[in-house]
Amino acid sequence: MSNSKPVLSSSLGRKLIMSLTGIFLCTFLVVHLIGNLQLFKNDEGYAFNNYAYFMTHFTPIKVVSYLLYASIIIHAIYALVLTLKNRAARPIGYAQFDGKANSKWSSRNMGILGTVILVFLATHMQNFWWKYHNDQVPYIEYRTDLATGKTTSQELDAADFRDYQVTVEDNVEIVKARDLYKQVDFAFQNLGLVIFYVIAMIALSFHLIHGFKSAFQTLGVSHKKYVPLIEFLGVWVFGVIIPVAFALMPLYFYFVK
Amino acid sequence: MAQHMNLTLKVWRQKNDKSKGQFVTIQANDIADDMSFLEMLDVVNEDLTRKGEDPIYFDHDCREGICGMCSLVINGRPHGPKYGITTCQLHMRSFHDGQTIVIEPWRAAAFPVLKDLAVDRTAFDRIQQAGGYVNVNTGGVPDANAIPVPKRIADEAFESATCIGCGACVAACKNASAMLFVSAKISQFALLPQGQTERYERAQAMVDQMDAEGFGNCTNTGACEAECPKGIKLSNIARMNREYFTAKFFREEDVHTHN
Repeated sequence: MSNSKPVLSSSLGRKLIMSLTGIFLCTFLVVHLIGNLQLFKNDEGYAFNNYAYFMTHFTPIKVVSYLLYASIIIHAIYALVLTLKNRAARPIGYAQFDGKANSKWSSRNMGILGTVILVFLATHMQNFWWKYHNDQVPYIEYRTDLATGKTTSQELDAADFRDYQVTVEDNVEIVKARDLYKQVDFAFQNLGLVIFYVIAMIALSFHLIHGFKSAFQTLGVSHKKYVPLIEFLGVWVFGVIIPVAFALMPLYFYFVK
Repeated sequence: MAQHMNLTLKVWRQKNDKSKGQFVTIQANDIADDMSFLEMLDVVNEDLTRKGEDPIYFDHDCREGICGMCSLVINGRPHGPKYGITTCQLHMRSFHDGQTIVIEPWRAAAFPVLKDLAVDRTAFDRIQQAGGYVNVNTGGVPDANAIPVPKRIADEAFESATCIGCGACVAACKNASAMLFVSAKISQFALLPQGQTERYERAQAMVDQMDAEGFGNCTNTGACEAECPKGIKLSNIARMNREYFTAKFFREEDVHTHN
């Protein structure tokens, strides 16, 4: 008798890691999308900038955000390890290989699609996350008349901004915040960046059309009622609605704003 | 009347497991369309033998699609361009006069080429030996149907058991993964009462052996299911994962070693 190999050094254990981190990243996308829908509000970014402050300063969210960064890195590293092992499992390839006869294009190109998404993530974090965390975004002051509910805004000089604050003076609410909304507007005036974001969302769509249902298959889900539901969610929610809604953001700022 | 055709074959020729192989172009003339693909190779081999050349070495046995011995990746597809059949069940009427046919062996590190188109599939035997069995008490012959098995479960186990171990799943998989084969073998026992004794040890031992043989990792492309001559379902892989994770996280047991 002997011990079986530890689960995480087995093929199925590695797949389990891919599956769990992948599903976690999918849930993040839902939250990220719902929050970012505030970009479409015509309020000079009042709601969005308050939301950005909340997301970067509320402790439970911060804890989850570190889990998120770890998941992205683990998902990418395990993908690389598995890909190298899969290459080694077929040292001599086929002269002719008719993949489209037996499988979908997206399922055979998860690595390429994932790489596009990873490059996008680096760009995306540099564009907004890095600039927001390193005081490279403009500042804004909102004055809301609490009697009429009317909000006006004006740009703040760096010298006048110390930290995010909400004060009430003479029945007027004053909010001073980092203007990430303006940064979004500014970034998406760059046509090259808009095109790159849209391409990345197409890659995300194909990645999730295969990835979402694949994650549940790896977990061992085979159920006559729930598998069709998972496939439906994978295609229509994660493959269509989410990438399209995200892609609309750069397009909205470039063409509409 | 059978139609006759002339074909150009690009065949992988390799002297032995040590040597480097290459594609060799061979003409196959006057091939009747009602021949099976293997009969076509027989005709080509007779011709090569007459000319004093080494015939093309390929695996075959029953020639009726039940033994799992024949293989061949034909124009980029395991067992050729049709679904749900083995190479011996493929007929030349699926090809046309003047066509070029590329014939390659199964490609996987765990299936080394022995000669030409024949590969060593004993990795599958070792996976089976690791856990693909049930213990049976000695004594008198038990009554038939003494152990109740629901029809639905019996059917599902039977479907998993129809796997002939040909290796087309490995050949079709872009990762050279053997998970369809292993999952079918785990499933047929996991479903039945007779397989419960070694249930969780089996899942661990067979997955360990599969990994040790150097097969790749499943990415759920479904190519194996599409190319399987016996229609083994991808849901078997989900079941294998359930069996393995249940074993690992809730019922870890030591496994027998066979060496």
